[in-house]
Amino acid sequence: MNGNGQIHVNRCDFGVKMTENKELLRIEGLRKDFGTLQVLKDISLSVGQSKKVALIGPSGSGKTTLLRCINHLESPTGGHIYLDGDLIGEEKRGVRYVRSSAARLARQRLDMGFVFQNFYLWPHLTVQENVALCPWKVQGKSQKEAMDLAEAMLEKVHMAHKRKEYPERLSGGQQQRVGIARALAQQPKIILFDEPTSALDPELVGEVLGVIQELAAEGRSMVLVTHEIRFARDVADEVVFMDGGLVVEKGAPADVIDNPSNERTIRFLGQLRG
Amino acid sequence: MEQFGDLFTRSASHLEVLLQGAGVTVMITLGSFVMAVTIGLVLAVARTWKIRPLNALIAIYVEVFRGLPTLTLLFICYFGLTYVGIKLNPLPAAIIGLGLSGGAYCTEIFRSGISALHHGQREAAAAIGMTPMRAMRFVILPQALRITLPPLGNYAIGLIKDTAVASAVAAPEILFRARNLSTETFDTALIYLLVAVLYLVMTFPLARWVDHLEKKRKAWQ
Repeated sequence: MNGNGQIHVNRCDFGVKMTENKELLRIEGLRKDFGTLQVLKDISLSVGQSKKVALIGPSGSGKTTLLRCINHLESPTGGHIYLDGDLIGEEKRGVRYVRSSAARLARQRLDMGFVFQNFYLWPHLTVQENVALCPWKVQGKSQKEAMDLAEAMLEKVHMAHKRKEYPERLSGGQQQRVGIARALAQQPKIILFDEPTSALDPELVGEVLGVIQELAAEGRSMVLVTHEIRFARDVADEVVFMDGGLVVEKGAPADVIDNPSNERTIRFLGQLRG
Repeated sequence: MEQFGDLFTRSASHLEVLLQGAGVTVMITLGSFVMAVTIGLVLAVARTWKIRPLNALIAIYVEVFRGLPTLTLLFICYFGLTYVGIKLNPLPAAIIGLGLSGGAYCTEIFRSGISALHHGQREAAAAIGMTPMRAMRFVILPQALRITLPPLGNYAIGLIKDTAVASAVAAPEILFRARNLSTETFDTALIYLLVAVLYLVMTFPLARWVDHLEKKRKAWQ
């Protein structure tokens, strides 16, 4: 209920609560080259506390690379990422920026849950151990505490009954839900979803989107790369359309998806509708 | 009958000597195996740090020690080092020689195990805030070691047989004792038959275990 109320407030831009206007993630002039290929060309975006931003666009437009640059799975070629005012992956020394240590970057990544297109669960650990690994071995909780937390997170994604299984025994949709629980267990400030349903059989997409929708309703901040346009419209506060490494158009879902103004957006959405 | 009785007593008396040799063979095998696996594990992990000069040194080590006949290496350890004032006993010389060449093999075995894992495994570990060291310990190595068990087992089987070269530096293992016995008794055929049986007793169970692991691994994948 509370969650729904918040979404309503966000949509209408009342901005009653201070926290809802607060900027959580800022992307500043982000560039990424792979050799001579410019995948991201000067991207700037801002994500507010409790906001859900959907990145859409044709394949090869740089959505996934953008998401991977946010938690420095890819090091940006230029530009900067700030989470809660904290400069990610770099430190400022005078006027220069230097790469921060692996330990510091690792600590910063704790604040950003990441859900992979291909799940990447660890096959040598049970479902519960997969989820408990971060609180246990990274955050230093006791094994019992970590396993209890993992069970609670699995409960949230409706996977607690499979906690003793190994990932290989699960369907794709179930694996992805465990992947989401794993991200939740690190108690992140924001969750980054990289096409979470693109590797799934069509009949399994719904269960994963359902879980993401429940999390959105809790007022969690998230950035979601997706091809599920209808889902993006239902869940997102802001839709960002990317093409050719640039943000072409962004705004409320009703504007971008239902009344796109840019020609490229219109063409892309037209292709999706067939 | 009398002939067979004689065969039995001769075998028993030979075996008494050969079994002592087998003990030394086991010692050399275990010692050099532990050394090789330690070297291999450390170097394979160190390679993933991608420090260029270090990787160059590791590559040189692997190429040199993989390319040298073990016997040559053993002679260098045993005779060669005396020129720089290091006098090794036959047993440590054999263990170090076999351990160094085995280390080169094990580095390659572990490297292939580590690189066989999908990069997503490492990324998922990084995403939950693991440093590369932690990811190595809790995510990469546990999986890589499982992959490398069968090739490690095969290496161990080869190692048991390779310890025979230690007889060349007078380490008192099976083959060395066998040669001495046969010059004393001229009972050459029987002695080497017994030697063969002793080696098989050591290698056969290990080979069965490796087969078992490989079957299990196929089921796991």
